[in-house]
Amino acid sequence: MAGIAIENVRKSFGSMTALKELSLNVEDGEFVALLGPSGCGKTTLLRIVAGLETRTSGRILVGGRDVSDLPPRERKLAMVFQNYAVFPHMTVYENIAFGLRMAKADRTKVERQVQRAAGLMHIEHLLGRHPGQLSGGQRQRVAVARALAVEPSVLLMDEPLSNLDALLRMEMRAELKAVLREAGTTTLYVTHDQTEAMGLADRIAVMHGGRIEQLAPPMAVYRTPATVFVGSFVGAPPMNFLRCQAADGAVAIGALKLACPRNSGEIVMGVRAEDLLPATAGTGLPFEVRVVEPLGSHALLTGTAHRQQIRVVYAGERDVSAGETLHLAPIAGRICWMDAADGRAIEGTT
Amino acid sequence: MRPRSLLFWAGVATMCAWVLVPIWLIAAGAIGGRQGVFLWPKSMLPPEFTFSALAVFLRIEGVGKALWNSVAAAAMTMAFATLLGTPAGYALARFSFRGQNAYRLLILLTRAFPIAILALPLTVAFINWGLYDTTLGVALVHTALALPFAALVTSSLFVGIPRELEEAAWIFGCTRLQAFVKIVLPLALPGIAATGLFAFVISWNEVFAASVLTVRERTLTAYLLTVLSESPLHFRFAGGLVLILPSVVFIFAVRRYLFAMWGIANR
Repeated sequence: MAGIAIENVRKSFGSMTALKELSLNVEDGEFVALLGPSGCGKTTLLRIVAGLETRTSGRILVGGRDVSDLPPRERKLAMVFQNYAVFPHMTVYENIAFGLRMAKADRTKVERQVQRAAGLMHIEHLLGRHPGQLSGGQRQRVAVARALAVEPSVLLMDEPLSNLDALLRMEMRAELKAVLREAGTTTLYVTHDQTEAMGLADRIAVMHGGRIEQLAPPMAVYRTPATVFVGSFVGAPPMNFLRCQAADGAVAIGALKLACPRNSGEIVMGVRAEDLLPATAGTGLPFEVRVVEPLGSHALLTGTAHRQQIRVVYAGERDVSAGETLHLAPIAGRICWMDAADGRAIEGTT
Repeated sequence: MRPRSLLFWAGVATMCAWVLVPIWLIAAGAIGGRQGVFLWPKSMLPPEFTFSALAVFLRIEGVGKALWNSVAAAAMTMAFATLLGTPAGYALARFSFRGQNAYRLLILLTRAFPIAILALPLTVAFINWGLYDTTLGVALVHTALALPFAALVTSSLFVGIPRELEEAAWIFGCTRLQAFVKIVLPLALPGIAATGLFAFVISWNEVFAASVLTVRERTLTAYLLTVLSESPLHFRFAGGLVLILPSVVFIFAVRRYLFAMWGIANR
């Protein structure tokens, strides 16, 4: 078993900087998700760890061993690719056995490991087929089984579920989590899907513009985003951000008065859509409803408060209709104060 | 029949006639006997049906040897073009390097250079190197002609094979060479084989360089050019038929791969 240490890794393509000096520690057996929009450098970082991409500077350590200059085959890791990359001219069995055969494992070991990996992914009945005869979901299972068969200490996954349909994705997500937890495999997982990252990871590294904006457990990322970007990228709907004026260490919006960590000037108040609860008229934040989307367990309201657009998750008894004005009060302790200039969370406020 | 499909089938018929009528006329001339050649207007079926012209032709002094030279030169061309063209195609497909587009163009430009201009310097050079009047010399020139096709066609083959397949092979323990041999080569093999056969046909059909660069070790095309200009017409047709048939059979045999490598759906 082994952890991954990424130390001051930087990557530029010509004049374009893909990764700004970046460090990340993945503990032994931990599942870390690299989450970010496309072009944020998350896949580049994963490929550098895999050895498929060169770094401009910095070091990569796997299990304490510097692998920075080793070719991929000597890094002792396994990888699952976005488009599966199952070898089309080999049977499923040979695909899964590929890594073991390359490592010159003996016949009984190959047989045992292939059966075990196939069993974990529930594809024992497909071993004799060729990938051309499989569906996308089955190919994905083969790709994961191929990675698991070598019993890697470190597993890299590059958006492995993004080509599957929604239902299959949910099913695979749960299975992956169970299998990897069981095996205790250190996993670095790239995704742009925040529900995937939230559901799977022990810790999430939210990336933006070639740097890690925040590295924290899922709920911490959700509740206390380090920057405005993290708050608006993680969670559906995204976090609401209201620009307000501070005066004497407090902000006043309508009848709502809240203590804030700035004495004067502009400040940004971040609050999750479900953390705004209806209050009695005349108190709280006036919210003019423009759109009502009933979603079963709750309704999603879009409207304006303090002349800015916000979204509110409404689970109240009474039906709400567009054009109405609600009064809202935030749950105490669920407000994140952000610096209006650089969009960073103000320390010690949450 | 709707007008559209009528147009379609008319097009198909025209294309078939374009290719098949000349082949049929040559075949009819070859097996139609002495009178058949001069018959006018041509009938659909030749007046007689005899292989005597073909038989006589194949017994002409030197035809056997020329045939052998042609096969040898074409086989060598096939080997050289495949062995040199495949790595070039792989490099073009997988690596980005400075001047890549210029290189791609340069490959095609070798075909733009008329071989007639090269004939004299090539002859002198070949005499100096001891390659003049050898099958190897002919094969080398033919390789130069076939190489651009081999490089460009294999490059498009490799572009069609996802890079991730190779990367996966590297991750699971392969060196670059192993990944190529175990993963890329099996997937590209049909296309590479078609490329090789294409080179074979190019060499088989080439006449100018073969005529200029040989005196005694003629290939079939070059030999026929000198011998048949003095022969009766139906012998010339017999020679023509012997020349055409192998290419047609080859192209027919690999048609699926040719379609595949030209990006037409493989049915």
